[in-house]
Amino acid sequence: MSQALDEIKIGGLGASRKRVEDNRFLRGKGNYVDDIVLPGMLHMEILRSPLAHARIRSVDASKAWDIPGVRLVLTGEMMATRNLAWMPTLSYDTQAVLATDKVRFQGQEVACVIADDPYIAKDACEAIVVDYEPLPVIVNPTQAMAEGAPLIRDDKENQHDNVVYDWEVGDKAGTDAAFARADRVSSLELHYPRSHPSPLECCGSIADFDRSTSKLTVYMTTQAPHIIRAAVSMVAELPEHMIRIVSPDLGGGFGNKVPVYPGYVASILASILLERPVKWIEDKSGNLISTGFGRDVYLQGELALRNDGKILAVRMHTDADHGAFFSDAQPSKFKIGLMHSAFACYDIPYAHLTARGMYTNKAPGGVAYRCSLRVTEAMYFQERMVQAAADDLGIDQAEFRRLNFVRDDDFPHRTPFGFLTDSGQYGKCLDVGLQAVGYENFLKQKEEAKKRGRLLGIGISTMTEPLGAGNSREYDILGIKMFDSAELRVHMSGKAILRTGAKTQGQGHETTWAQIVSHELGIPAEDIVVEEGDTDTAPFGMGTYASRSTPVAGAAVAMVSRKIRAKARKLAAHLLEVSEEDVEWELGRFYVRSARDRGVTIQECAMAAYSNMPDGMEPGLENNAYYDPPNLTWPFACYIVTVEVDPQTGVWDVLNVVAVDDCGVRINPMIVEGQIMGGLTEAYAMASMQFITFDAEGNCVGSNYMDYLLPTAWETPGFELHEVVTPCPHHPIGAKGVGECATVGGPAAFVNAVMDALKGTGVRNIDMPLLADRVYEALTLRHDVSGAPPVKTDDA
Amino acid sequence: MYPSRFRYEAPQSLDHAINLLHEGAGEAKVLAGGQSLIPLLKLRFAAPELLVDINNISGLDYHRFEADGTMRVGALCRHAALERSSILASRAPTMAAAAPLIADPIVRNRGTLVGSLCHADPQGDWASVVTALGGHVVALGPDGRRAIPITEFVSGPFQNVLAIDEIAVEAVIPAPKGNAAGGYLKLERRVGDFATVGVAVAIDTSGNQVTRAGIALTGVGGTTIEAAGAGQALVGRPLTADTIERAANLAAEAAKPRTDHRGSAEYKRHIVHTFVTRILNRVTETADKAA
Amino acid sequence: MTTLYEEIRPEPHGGIPVRRVTITVNGEKRVAEVEPRLLLAHLLRQGFKLTGTHTGCDTTNCGACTVLVDGVPAKSCTMLAVQADGHEVMTVEGLASASELHPIQEGFKDEHGLQCGFCTPGMMLTAKALLDENPDPTEDEVRWALSGNLCRCTGYQNIVKSVLWAAAKMRPAAAADQDGS
Repeated sequence: MSQALDEIKIGGLGASRKRVEDNRFLRGKGNYVDDIVLPGMLHMEILRSPLAHARIRSVDASKAWDIPGVRLVLTGEMMATRNLAWMPTLSYDTQAVLATDKVRFQGQEVACVIADDPYIAKDACEAIVVDYEPLPVIVNPTQAMAEGAPLIRDDKENQHDNVVYDWEVGDKAGTDAAFARADRVSSLELHYPRSHPSPLECCGSIADFDRSTSKLTVYMTTQAPHIIRAAVSMVAELPEHMIRIVSPDLGGGFGNKVPVYPGYVASILASILLERPVKWIEDKSGNLISTGFGRDVYLQGELALRNDGKILAVRMHTDADHGAFFSDAQPSKFKIGLMHSAFACYDIPYAHLTARGMYTNKAPGGVAYRCSLRVTEAMYFQERMVQAAADDLGIDQAEFRRLNFVRDDDFPHRTPFGFLTDSGQYGKCLDVGLQAVGYENFLKQKEEAKKRGRLLGIGISTMTEPLGAGNSREYDILGIKMFDSAELRVHMSGKAILRTGAKTQGQGHETTWAQIVSHELGIPAEDIVVEEGDTDTAPFGMGTYASRSTPVAGAAVAMVSRKIRAKARKLAAHLLEVSEEDVEWELGRFYVRSARDRGVTIQECAMAAYSNMPDGMEPGLENNAYYDPPNLTWPFACYIVTVEVDPQTGVWDVLNVVAVDDCGVRINPMIVEGQIMGGLTEAYAMASMQFITFDAEGNCVGSNYMDYLLPTAWETPGFELHEVVTPCPHHPIGAKGVGECATVGGPAAFVNAVMDALKGTGVRNIDMPLLADRVYEALTLRHDVSGAPPVKTDDA
Repeated sequence: MYPSRFRYEAPQSLDHAINLLHEGAGEAKVLAGGQSLIPLLKLRFAAPELLVDINNISGLDYHRFEADGTMRVGALCRHAALERSSILASRAPTMAAAAPLIADPIVRNRGTLVGSLCHADPQGDWASVVTALGGHVVALGPDGRRAIPITEFVSGPFQNVLAIDEIAVEAVIPAPKGNAAGGYLKLERRVGDFATVGVAVAIDTSGNQVTRAGIALTGVGGTTIEAAGAGQALVGRPLTADTIERAANLAAEAAKPRTDHRGSAEYKRHIVHTFVTRILNRVTETADKAA
Repeated sequence: MTTLYEEIRPEPHGGIPVRRVTITVNGEKRVAEVEPRLLLAHLLRQGFKLTGTHTGCDTTNCGACTVLVDGVPAKSCTMLAVQADGHEVMTVEGLASASELHPIQEGFKDEHGLQCGFCTPGMMLTAKALLDENPDPTEDEVRWALSGNLCRCTGYQNIVKSVLWAAAKMRPAAAADQDGS
């Protein structure tokens, strides 16, 4: 009679369950912001600055008002009368909503037109005449620091230079002493170029203010609806309970859809003024030119080395280009995010990091682009420095890593920057990767090929990174602690609805969250509906980015399920007429310890919660859980790439990509692998082609998909995936974050592979992207190629 | 993403189309494949008053060889038709090599060769190919037809010599003088990218002698560049390591590249050299195999 | 509500006459009056409420808006609605029958060929045209055919597997031993 449930069959933990959200996406029935049409809806378009730095003498919108179908033209001046010309950023700076005094980057929002349709709104934008007085332009930190540099943020009191922050962490004295003892110092200067998350779907919103109820509903492309509600409440001075943020299906996010953007704010004000729904859908150039970018950091790094290969200390200095406003979407108290998580997988006694942030005339942002707040830069710098150091010492790059890894029995391990890593099998991951790629064999092939003039290379990147902000001690956004939440309601039939404070953008929460509940309660996953993204119904949560959903919201799902199980146990005892202590649990069922075949299913308990509860018990079977993680989760990854470089053109082809990810327990292996392959593709993109750069006038190169290159199916290599499982010791189901790992750790593997092919030429570094011309230049002229690709260097 | 307003006509005859262009007095644009024009309209880089859509004019979608070996490509022949063409693969190797490298597969379904020539983008691939092949464009206007050599047809970046009431109705590739050989190589960062450098080489051979040679370059100047001297250096000679090297050198010299985010001028010149060499080496390898 | 293609204004459409178009969409004849400048993608989405066709870029690169025009993939953001007059258009909404998914849709589900779903309609329609022409493509042929459609989530490997899965399922001879794994 009692047969144990097969967890995989019911779609529990470890099942590669097919995704439930696919059913609507496959039929074209997804519901993205631009798909939503409200009665009487108007359309907003934004007029952007063509100049990177200029004083605004005047904005004349009279011709725009004259165009039939135009309902409203918003300018900075009008916003200012409502105290909305500026808004706070997530990094405690301010950002212009619509420019009043100056424009500070090309693409900055200057005016908005609201009209009957977007074509007319665009017509009217063209009819607005703005008189600009051009100002000198700053496009990199060096210019920003220079004597006599123009002051970008003259709007801020007490800001007399272009420095955003000057910050340090680590043990300077200890580090200096270790460097003094070193046999050798290996140094490297690197630039991580500006990139853009660029989800296929751009940002957008539909603001709908209903005067009769005083309620504002905003459908919005946001990864963090509750944070947005708090921000809107603050900016628009509306009470929180009168704001409903709905984040429907998102066409990708990758960090781009965390911040508050001027378009959102303007559409909200327009709806309040017009008392009609106002839709704003950004175009691709608007998205690329103005919304949150990633990276744009310069590094000077040094490793103090002993001749036997031991790393004694690390010293890093970073200069970050933050653009015109410090609007990094990062919740740590650390100015340069988690840059100091660098080298966490290596056992290094001393480390010191100094970091400086600069304003420039470029778009603001510094979002965590598939990244936990500068971790991508940290791991890239780390793994490039590690390869250079191994080469400097003449030690095999795999062996050098193995020598310096934190050993399996050394956990918990405190990094010199103060992070606590709790588990890992770093050496094992590396071994699995080396075996998969056929390391020894490849080294032989490489030597053979070299004799025939062919250049092969192999690149390794190994790293552990901190995923899953919070804990609440160190992570908050606008003072709100970085916890997350889940709310589970089990109906009397045993079917259930789960809501969380996270927000899926393609990660498949509707599928995987149900699997956690299924694991904890034995309810088949198909009996559980998952909802996210509506602040009127979802519990308060901090959203999805920085690979935090599984570590935090996923943990909350497990915890709320356990609360449900605890109550169900009481119901079971009541139904079985035994005391609670005599009740045992197996998946989906309670039974009497002494009589295993006497049991009740979780479904029977659910029915009893509504129809047959014991005296004094509150009816119903629902609960919620707020989860504040005790620590970050620390997945480990080993990525290995082999390439062949064409010495005549500098074109390099990827031969093989091997990924070994230890993200702990995998809820849905199919989805995890999908995340890893997506991440690897973005790593390949950044290493090979994807970047944004600026000319001396601050004109953005990379403001559309003709210049901002995303790889297609043709260039993108195939991937071979492997796994090692070290469960996270503090996560309720042993899972760690994973979504960003391959994007974080991957780029160094690609770059290291090309650099390995060039080994022996004296070239230490080519900065990303490794465009063919840059590789060719390095190879033939035998010098490093640094910085972003040049723009119009020989124009007359 | 939202074009300015324009009037739209879709005539069913060339005569009608020409009349409309005439009435448009320079403010009209011909719409064929639209894969360059419509993006320009969406970005509002172009805002014509009138679009004359020629897609409803029948009989323009051909590509065929005449009995004498002359090849004709009609104004509505899509890139995809050329890519899939069996006659191209066997008889026009340079064109066959270029067709799959135009834009991306979906754009190729609508875009046209003749339209690309008219668009006169310095980074356009077809203009180099037709230049290397010594082709011309046939224009039809109120005063009838005229043939315009491709080297005269493109007058500058995004400029051609068509009168405001003329339509380019076909591109013509002259019959080869012997066996047609050649190729097209394009350095692009990914599918759909414009050429950082493109090199078209078209040679005709008889016995082991080159009877005609054309080399043209994409993306390394304000317009398509005909490396006439490089082609000339091959004529009357066999393809040898020496003649190939000389042609490659002359082609590289003919290039007028600029340094930009796609690469340095020096690099682009080097790629021209490399690609000319590679195409010609492949030609000799193929000939050796056949022999 | 006012829309671009059927509204009445004091000065309609800046003096530009609207045009009546008749388009067979997913087998159903649809008639609309449109301004010449209206893009086909916008007519499908806003006019015909077929919002499965997405617009992802301004520059004809991403292919999210891909539909089949007379069976051939076209980027509907790079066609005017007036150009579709008299033609047949298939959108993602036309792939499945009321009860059954098309094998390509099944393949995308089975092989996890989608994440955010934004590129998926265009990918599937391009794949359909490929398989109509070439029922037994190689992996390289699939990658080549899909190279006008960008995906930001999947890294393509599973999309390629999805299309090959569908190809296997659609080939009559192979249909019997399709195990879907």
